[in-house]
Amino acid sequence: MAKRIFNIWRGDATGGRFVEYHTDVDTGMVVLDVVHRIQAEQAGDLSCRWNCKAGKCGSCSMEIDGKPRLACMTRMDTFSPSATVTLQPLRAFPILKDLVTDVSWNYQQNKRIPPFRPRPRDADGRYRMQQIDVDRIQEFRKCIECFMCQDVCHVLRDHSRFDTFVGPRFMIRLASLAMHPLDALDRIPAVRKEFGSGMCNITKCCTEVCPEQISITDNGIIPLKERVVDRFFDPLMWVKRNLLRRSA
Amino acid sequence: MVDIAELQTFEHDVVVIGAGGAGLRAAIECSRRGLNTAIVCKSLLGKAHTVMAEGGMAAALGNVDPRDNWKIHFRDTMRGGKFLNQWRMAELHAKEAPARVNELEEWGAVFDRAKNGLISQRNFGGHRYPRLAHVGDRTGLEMIRTLQDYGIHQGFAVHMECTALDLLKDGERIAGVVAYWRENGRFLLLKTKAVILATGGAGKAWKVTSNSWEYTGDGLAMAYLAGATLMDMEFVQFHPTGMVWPPSVRGTLVTEGVRGDGGILLNNKHERFMFNYIPERFAPETASTEDEARRWLQGDKEARRPPELLTRDVVARAITSEVKAGRGSPHGGVFLDIASQVPADMIKKKLPSMYHQFKELANVDITKEAMEVGPTTHYFMGGVQVDHESQQSVVPGLFACGECAAGLHGANRLGGNSLSDLLVFGRRAGLGAADYVASMASFPCIDEAQVRQSMRRATDILNRESGANPYLVHEALQKVMNDGVGIVRSEADLTAALAGLEHVKRDVERVKADGASQYNPGWHAALDLRNLLIVSEAVARAALMRQESRGGHSRVDHPNEEEVWGEYHIVIHQGRNGMDVEKVRRAEPPRELAAIAYATLESLEGSNG
Repeated sequence: MAKRIFNIWRGDATGGRFVEYHTDVDTGMVVLDVVHRIQAEQAGDLSCRWNCKAGKCGSCSMEIDGKPRLACMTRMDTFSPSATVTLQPLRAFPILKDLVTDVSWNYQQNKRIPPFRPRPRDADGRYRMQQIDVDRIQEFRKCIECFMCQDVCHVLRDHSRFDTFVGPRFMIRLASLAMHPLDALDRIPAVRKEFGSGMCNITKCCTEVCPEQISITDNGIIPLKERVVDRFFDPLMWVKRNLLRRSA
Repeated sequence: MVDIAELQTFEHDVVVIGAGGAGLRAAIECSRRGLNTAIVCKSLLGKAHTVMAEGGMAAALGNVDPRDNWKIHFRDTMRGGKFLNQWRMAELHAKEAPARVNELEEWGAVFDRAKNGLISQRNFGGHRYPRLAHVGDRTGLEMIRTLQDYGIHQGFAVHMECTALDLLKDGERIAGVVAYWRENGRFLLLKTKAVILATGGAGKAWKVTSNSWEYTGDGLAMAYLAGATLMDMEFVQFHPTGMVWPPSVRGTLVTEGVRGDGGILLNNKHERFMFNYIPERFAPETASTEDEARRWLQGDKEARRPPELLTRDVVARAITSEVKAGRGSPHGGVFLDIASQVPADMIKKKLPSMYHQFKELANVDITKEAMEVGPTTHYFMGGVQVDHESQQSVVPGLFACGECAAGLHGANRLGGNSLSDLLVFGRRAGLGAADYVASMASFPCIDEAQVRQSMRRATDILNRESGANPYLVHEALQKVMNDGVGIVRSEADLTAALAGLEHVKRDVERVKADGASQYNPGWHAALDLRNLLIVSEAVARAALMRQESRGGHSRVDHPNEEEVWGEYHIVIHQGRNGMDVEKVRRAEPPRELAAIAYATLESLEGSNG
C-alpha cells in the first residue's frame, strides 16, 4: 500500500512549523486514526485532544485542509488518495501545543450566563411541557461544545472581539434558556448588552461547520435578535411599554 | 527534584476525582454542604465518558406505565445482577432515582416528553416497564451538560486537564492527592480531608471497547494502592451491540435504544435467533413468538417483551454463540435491523445520533439496511468496595461512586441503571464525605516522601535513556486482555493471560516517553499503564477464582450458575507480596428486600407496590 502524506502543524505558543509525515491508511480510517498511528509509530509526543471517537464529545476539533472538522468523523476516503492532508489547530484560539488550543475563554463565557431559573412546579410537584414546545431548544442542546462555530465566527476569528461577543455557541446556549418553557428569567436585555447579539452579521459560517447540524443562525441567533429588536427598537412596542404602562 | 514547598499547592475539604455524572453530582452536593470542594478532570469539563451514554436513565416515575414503582425497579435490578447486587444499594437506587431525575429537570435538563406533558420513558433490556427518561439517543450529553451548567455556579473549583497520579495518606486516613497538569506537565499537590473517586472503569484494557482513552482505571488502581478493597472485579459488561465495521470503529457503542424502540437481531440465515436463548428465569416474562413480540411493540399490555430486550449478558453471549457457529455477519457480528420494523422518519427522530454515526463512519443508512454489531467491552460492575449509605471505602476519607464503585449492579448491570447510579450515589458520596469532614478534628498531614515518590515515578518515564514505547505496551496489554479475559473465559486462557500480564508488567516498568512534559500524550499514556495493569490483573485473578458463569462472567469450563457462588464476593486488596484475592461470604439479605426480589410481578404492580 502506498503511504499517504500528512502535513501536521507542530509547535507551541512561541512558534512552530508544518512537519510532513508518511503513513499507511487502512479501510474506514478517520483522520483521528491517522493521528494515533503517527503518535504510536513516529511522534509519541504529537498533541491532540480526543475522547469519544464517535462525534459525541467535541474534543478533536481541528482544521483539516483549512476547514474546522471533527477528526473522528472525517473519513480518509473522502480525500483523493494522492492528496496531502493538512492538519492544524483551530486558529481563533491561542495555541498550547501542536493540534491543541487553549479554549478556556469559552468556559469563562459560559460562566457569565445566568443559570436556568425554573418557574415553580405544578401543584402535584411535577413539570409539564409539550414535546412541540421543547423541540426547538432540544436542537440547541445537541451542541457538543466542539467550539468550531466559535473558530469560524468572523467577530472572533478575524476581529478578535472576544470582549464584546460571546460567539455562536453561547448565543444558542442563551437561546436554549430564553426559549425554555420553564425559564422565568428575562434574558433579552443581557443578550443585547452583555453578550453582544448585535455583533453577529448573519454570515452563517457557524451553521455551516456545526457537526450536529444545528441551525445556529436561523433558529437561534436570528430569533434572539428579533426579540431584542422588538424590545428595544420597535417604536410601537416602545410606546406600549413605556407610555401605556405608565398611564395604566 | 522539585522542592515540595515550591510545589503548586491547593487546600480543600474534598477533592473529587473525575467529572462525569457521578463526580459532578458529588461535587455539587459537597458545595451545597458548604465544603471547600475541587473537581479534578483528565479532559476538558463536559467531555467525560458520561457524554457517550445514549439510551437514558432508569427511574420508576410511572409516567408511561403507572404499574411501575420502585419495588419492580429494584426487583429488575436484582434479577439483572443475578442476585449478587448489594441489596441496600439496589434499594436506595430504585427509591431515589425518580427524585434525581426530577432534580435534573429542575436544573435545566430537557427530557423528551410523554403526551401528558410529563417526562417520557422508554423500554430497555431487563426493565419490566418503559422506565428510561431520555433525550433521543443523547441522554448522557444532556445529563453532563446540565450538571456542568448548574455545577459551575455552585462554587467548587474545577481543575481541567489535570490527572491524578496518587493518593496520599496520613497514617490510615486520606491526606491528599498528587496530580499533574496535562498542559505543561507541572505537578500539583492537593491537600484534602477527603477524596471522592468518580473515575469510571477501565475498558481501555481491551482492544474492542466502547470506552474512550480516559478509561484507564485510575481510581481503581489508586484506591488499591492506598489500601482500599476492590470487589466483583470479574464482572465486566460486554455490551452486545458495538459496531464491528470498519475496523477503526470496532467497539463503538450502538445504543440498546435501537432494540428498545423495536430493532431485532438476525443471523446470516435471517433467523431471529434470540428466541433460542431465553434463560429459564426470564421465560415467563419474555415473548415466545415473533407475533407476540410484535404486539408488545405496538403497545399490547398483555404481550410479553421481545427476547432482544433480555439482559445484556444474555444477548452478548447469544451473539458470540451465533458467530462461533458460523451464522455471523460478513465482518464477524450479527445483524441489528430496525429498518424493517420502524418507519424511517421515526428512526431519525428517536435515534438521530445512531443514524448519523452509521452514515458517517460506516456508509450504512440504518433506515434502509441492517447494522452489523457485536459485543464490545463496556462497563465495570465491580470496583471499589464501599459502604452502601456513605460510599466510603475501607480507607477513612476515601469515597467512591459511579462506575468505579462496586455493589449496585452485581454480576450484570441493566442498561439505564448507570446514569441513575451516577446521580443517586454521586449525591450520597457527597453527603458521606460531608459527614466525614464534619467529624474530623484536625487537618491531615502530608508525608513529603510519598509526594516525592509519586513525582519521581512520573518523571522517570521521561528521563530514561531508552525503554519500551508506551503505545505499543498498551497494545500488548489490550491483546492479552482481549484474548484471555474476554466475554467467554477458561482456566487455561486466564492463566495464560496472567502470564502475559507479567510480561507486560516488565515493559511497563521500563516504559519511556519521548519528548518533553508539555502536553505529551505519549507520557500521559505511559503514566496510565500502571493503572491499567493493576486493574487487568485484578479482573483476571477474580475471573480465575470464580468457578461458575454468572452475569457478565462466563466460563466455558464452568458453564452454569452455581447457587453456592451466589453467597460469595471476590474481594481484592494489596498484600505484602502482590495481589491478595479472597472469597468473602456475603451477609444474609434483608428479609423485606428478599421478599420483593422473589415476588411475582402482579403482587408488586401499581398500588400493590
